[in-house]
Amino acid sequence: MKFDLTILMYIIPSVIMFCCGVYGFITRKNMIAILISLELMLNAVDINFVVFNRYLFPGQMEGMMFSLFAIAIAAGETALAIAIVINVYRVVKNVDIRELTKMKF
Amino acid sequence: MESVGNIIMYFIIALAIIVFSVLTVTSRKILRSAVYLLFTLFATAGIYFQLDYEFLGTVQIAVYAGGIVVLIVFAILLTHKPGERAERLTSHKRFMGLTAALAGILVCGYALVNFASNAASELSKNFSCDIRGIGNALLSTDKFGYLLPFEAVSILLLACIIGGVVIARKR
Repeated sequence: MKFDLTILMYIIPSVIMFCCGVYGFITRKNMIAILISLELMLNAVDINFVVFNRYLFPGQMEGMMFSLFAIAIAAGETALAIAIVINVYRVVKNVDIRELTKMKF
Repeated sequence: MESVGNIIMYFIIALAIIVFSVLTVTSRKILRSAVYLLFTLFATAGIYFQLDYEFLGTVQIAVYAGGIVVLIVFAILLTHKPGERAERLTSHKRFMGLTAALAGILVCGYALVNFASNAASELSKNFSCDIRGIGNALLSTDKFGYLLPFEAVSILLLACIIGGVVIARKR
């Protein structure tokens, strides 16, 4: 039996992961759950960069480098977002986005 | 033609990614959803290892699984009572979310199936991504050098540290 792992077979899980992230981003009410959905989307995009790099341009490493920098930026972004969530919790006493109606307290 | 072990490993990883990402966004307990996110990130690292990007897989495990998920779990434990469940979704909200997600899958799936006829199907053999090459590329100023983004990321991380302290401190 001839069975090859084509580029499509790596992209499809990544598409599903991204759309799960979109679903969570729209439906969730909790700020931390929204952050988790955002991480899913970022991660799916990283997979795409790496897979296209490996299959289409195997001699270069631009895609891998882009993923590397995206991971670093995601780490910084998460740290800041969690600082904001904790600050919001201190003021409003929960992290529900429906309670957040004012920008400045 | 890949080896059988490779194919079995691929199916395990793909199934883990799909199942755990669906569970991440549908679980009503927030701590569980963070743990499912951890499993998804591990499966992603598995994909990187399978495509021979060992360094990237290691970075994925170290930064995402070791840093980001721990940070998220800390934030959850600081802001939630244990065992708290999210309330059920209204059907309107769920409909909106499902519509957006399914439309995304359909559009991307259509584009991908059209693209698949001329897609590359073989992993090329002349591939080398050793750690020495990555290190040289990160610190070189030549055509394929990444010294400027490297330094920009270091400034960005410094700004994130200062911003995090300023935002989260007690007034």
